[in-house]
Amino acid sequence: MATYAQGIRLALHYAEENLGLTDVFGEDVGPPLGGVFTATQGIKCAWNSPLDERGIIGMAIGIALAGGRPVAEIQFADYIFNTIDMLKLAGNLRWSSYGNYGVPLVIMTPVGAGIHGSIYHSHSFESMATHIPGFKVVAPSNALDAYGLMLSSIVDPDPVLYLKSKFLMRVKGEHLIPGEPADLAELNKRINAPIGDRSKWKPDWPAVEDYRVPIGKASVVREGSDLTVITYSRHVLECTRAADQLRGEGISCEVIDLRTLFPVDWPTLRRSVAKTRRVLVVNEDTEVTNYGEHLIRKLTEEFFFDLQVAPRLLAGANVPGVGISIPLEEASVPQYRDVLETMRDVATQPGRGTGGEWPLLPETVFGRR
Amino acid sequence: MLDRATKIKIHDLMVKTRCTEETAISMNKQGEGFFWIGGAGEEAFGVSLGLQIRKGQGPAYDYLHLHYRGAPIAIAMGAEPIDQIRQMRATATDRYSGGRQFVEHFAIPEWNIVPVTPTIETQYLMAPGTAHVQRRFGGEGLTVVTGGDAGTAEGDFHCCLNWASRPGEELPMLIVVTHNKFGISTPSSQVQASRELNRQAEPFGIRNSMHDGNDVEEIWAALEEAISYIRKERKPYVLQANVSRIFGHSSATGANRVPEVDCITAFEDKLIKDGIMTRSEIDAVWKKWKDHLKECLAQVRQEPLPDGGDIWRHVFAEPATV
Repeated sequence: MATYAQGIRLALHYAEENLGLTDVFGEDVGPPLGGVFTATQGIKCAWNSPLDERGIIGMAIGIALAGGRPVAEIQFADYIFNTIDMLKLAGNLRWSSYGNYGVPLVIMTPVGAGIHGSIYHSHSFESMATHIPGFKVVAPSNALDAYGLMLSSIVDPDPVLYLKSKFLMRVKGEHLIPGEPADLAELNKRINAPIGDRSKWKPDWPAVEDYRVPIGKASVVREGSDLTVITYSRHVLECTRAADQLRGEGISCEVIDLRTLFPVDWPTLRRSVAKTRRVLVVNEDTEVTNYGEHLIRKLTEEFFFDLQVAPRLLAGANVPGVGISIPLEEASVPQYRDVLETMRDVATQPGRGTGGEWPLLPETVFGRR
Repeated sequence: MLDRATKIKIHDLMVKTRCTEETAISMNKQGEGFFWIGGAGEEAFGVSLGLQIRKGQGPAYDYLHLHYRGAPIAIAMGAEPIDQIRQMRATATDRYSGGRQFVEHFAIPEWNIVPVTPTIETQYLMAPGTAHVQRRFGGEGLTVVTGGDAGTAEGDFHCCLNWASRPGEELPMLIVVTHNKFGISTPSSQVQASRELNRQAEPFGIRNSMHDGNDVEEIWAALEEAISYIRKERKPYVLQANVSRIFGHSSATGANRVPEVDCITAFEDKLIKDGIMTRSEIDAVWKKWKDHLKECLAQVRQEPLPDGGDIWRHVFAEPATV
């Protein structure tokens, strides 16, 4: 089973051979390194750019305007912030030109904590990314989805922000990418660049096949009836693990891997929340003006009289960075124990009854406060 | 050397542009358009450039990343004044932006004029992308990017020079700075040490030159030489054109006539002196375009504004893929 980084690499390989991908570029993306997380090793159309994030986004826009299909990388999301106005332009060129031009491009960037990356290798970006209209935003949680979402992003006619988790880069998938060898050691031998001189190395690509994860489609990774947990990226692992543990306690949690953060798969969320009437959103971005607040606001508007308990957001602490020391990082972004406890708490907190008991008298509501 | 017919054509396009700009300014002053900005004063440079563009769609042809003073270039390429008037009035018939953008924000895919962006200097970051595709494509197509002197203070200009001159990856780009001596109200002499911004290209090994952008013959020849070099050598060139800002920065600073050299008047004096046109012929050109613009405005006044529900169009590709 390929790792997450290998899933991205295999997708880029498939896309340059079959889907018209013309350029994969960014800092250290081309040979010899092939990306700081190895996600672009062996890709024929990969090349190294100047250390210039704004220029990278500008180059991607220009390539797309001229009919190319670029995947540009910002080496870490922590360094994407000086490109915000370029991202705004990519997001608005179709709209501002009334459809005269579109910019089909993919910006991929590693996000999140979990590798003890200190202040400038731990940022999340989804709350800002989803605040840029005109972009689609995806955040895969496993190698197969990383593969399938990358292919869908490359063929999409609109700009896509592809948020890849640093923590997950070396995590092996549980499902085979169609066409990949089942043995990871064999895959490593065939497509991982050797240590040392790589000047004569060429990958021996497996015959991977077309496999798309549609943009805008979430995945229900655990079915349950007591609580809806909405998450994505690396916290899918934590939430799934917690759901499995809570099942042993008789608590049934439904875990939804959003996969695409915009546009949101509202039908899947609605079906689940209508069933469980309890909502928890889990991510690691800082909690103030957090993307999860948008999900909660929309769901609250729709299910206000049906929700049994207040919807909850478990997110990162609203502090300027993630400290490198283990206790600091653990205090800053939700850990497994936080996820487990919060899921248990939201699932078992006494509910305010079924929808049929609403509305409560106003004084009763104030009395509760 | 410019022949007689080309000089007459250049003059015609310069006047056509100026009449368009003056109509837009007048619309703003009469409350028929929210904001004016444009290329009045840059006609000598812009028309000379527009007429030397290889116009078409795709990497075989030239790409243009214009800033918001690009009307002389676009009109010389064939853009119709009425479309500018539509954008000024923000009508539903505005073919460049559907009533969404300020005037002078062209977007003409069939001529590779990519959307003009109001953000100062970001066009210098996008332009290497189209040039990169052209370099790979081959042929003689080039990318033109224009911007003003004030915007070169942004790092994006420096980045453009760097991207364009990477060893072995040099890009076929005409990088233009139109120097009008101001950034809105701030004189460039207060905030930039050098007037010769083109010389910023020198550490990058990029050929460059500075010219009087108000002199048709000088700027035409300079553009011809630069463009010929880029088409053949597939390398960048930085050209600074010193121009006037004949109505100031924009309607935000009043859009009133300022006492600077007017390239059209200067060109007309020369045309008369050289026996190419008479005063009455020149007057006829002005009347032709003034009358045309009056007709354009009357037509545009009849055209509808966009429907509010239209805001949801073109957020994403249509039909929607998701």
